[in-house]
Amino acid sequence: MSKSLPVIEVRQPAITNFVEKLAAHGIRLRATRVEILQVNVGKLCNQACKHCHVDASPGRTEVMERKTAEQVIAAVHKYQIPVLDITGGAPELNPSFRYLVTEARSRGTHVIVRHNLTVMFEPGQEDLPEFFRQNEVEVVSSLPYFLEQQTDAQRGRGVFEKSIEALRRLNQIGYGMAGSSLILNLVYNPVGAFLPPPQSSIENDFKRELGTRYSISFNHLFTITNMPIKRFLDYLQRSGNEQRYMHKLVEAFNPETVEGLMCRNLVSVDWTGRLYDCDFNQMLDLTVTEELPQMIADFDPLQFANRPIVTGSHCFGCTAGTGSSCGGALMTA
Amino acid sequence: MSYYEEDDLNRFSEMGKHRPDLFEKFMAWYQACQEDGALSRREKALIGLAVAHALQCPYCIDAFSQACLESGSNMEQMAEAIHMASALRGGATLIHGIQAHNAVNKISM
Repeated sequence: MSKSLPVIEVRQPAITNFVEKLAAHGIRLRATRVEILQVNVGKLCNQACKHCHVDASPGRTEVMERKTAEQVIAAVHKYQIPVLDITGGAPELNPSFRYLVTEARSRGTHVIVRHNLTVMFEPGQEDLPEFFRQNEVEVVSSLPYFLEQQTDAQRGRGVFEKSIEALRRLNQIGYGMAGSSLILNLVYNPVGAFLPPPQSSIENDFKRELGTRYSISFNHLFTITNMPIKRFLDYLQRSGNEQRYMHKLVEAFNPETVEGLMCRNLVSVDWTGRLYDCDFNQMLDLTVTEELPQMIADFDPLQFANRPIVTGSHCFGCTAGTGSSCGGALMTA
Repeated sequence: MSYYEEDDLNRFSEMGKHRPDLFEKFMAWYQACQEDGALSRREKALIGLAVAHALQCPYCIDAFSQACLESGSNMEQMAEAIHMASALRGGATLIHGIQAHNAVNKISM
């Protein structure tokens, strides 16, 4: 956690270039080995959240085709990738979504689905909880706060009520329940231009409030810092918060978070099959370093091990305070 | 130019320019006060927010509003802290009415 205090911060000329910042701490950012293939199957979503770094919405047409999904599965099988992490948009709306899940699970790959909860109320998606259960999918769902006002402010009117109903349905079939192996994790994003609170502290709040108000259970809460990309960047600019937010991220740089950064053991695939170091780089069109294969059809994890990571100023979002990743904070406060 | 500029919040360390020894002592004390202790950082941020309102310091209100959010408080909790500050200010004003009673009683028949 940043030791910078409210009101009083000793100001030095800040290093705002991420590579220079790492160098100043004697760090060269390189990957370890590929343990997770994170596949963004497209930008189509039933929601249009105000902070979305993908700029996903019901109007988007970028959707992964079956041929590309088959290439993903071929890579997962050939190289025995331990984890397939499926995201979007709302990945369930992709026609190849269930193919990806069932094929990956058929050979024991652990599958994570970044599920927005409300999509299970879309036509044809009513059986999603049962599909998740049958395939023992790990479900990771965004719920920015345990109160309606904050959640709807970020994710749209009525989303909180639907999300609560969706969580009840997941609980009913065993997800997130004590003694069950079905994992349901929630994601907290700050509803505005500020950093997340300590993960364990806000997780306790979520467990207490969702438990007492709605009798809802879940496994863990992941806190994720909002990245200054796409729709959240638009918000920062419109609200006059961009400079202040970036300054906050840079000031809160914590070199101890670098070891656990998700780009070190993950490769990100976009809806066309192109490869990136993370989903944020994907949205900025920052492909993996040019010496490496650029498409999933040519992917070989051995070539991607120990690769240099492509970075930008947005990377300060993952290294601020206790750090941030798709699996939440990287350190305890 | 306004008397209160948002960017001035970032210039506070300039107060160490002339007597850095005093400023450093203040900083060490100020930092120590805000660490987790018998009270959590979250509780201390809410106290800071309440005091900031009682003092009506715009820098402190800005900084401690953020500190409250970043330590996990929500607007309901922050509003209660602000009401506590307001209630104490109101009560402190009202209790001084007894002073007025005493003054009036002293000079009245």
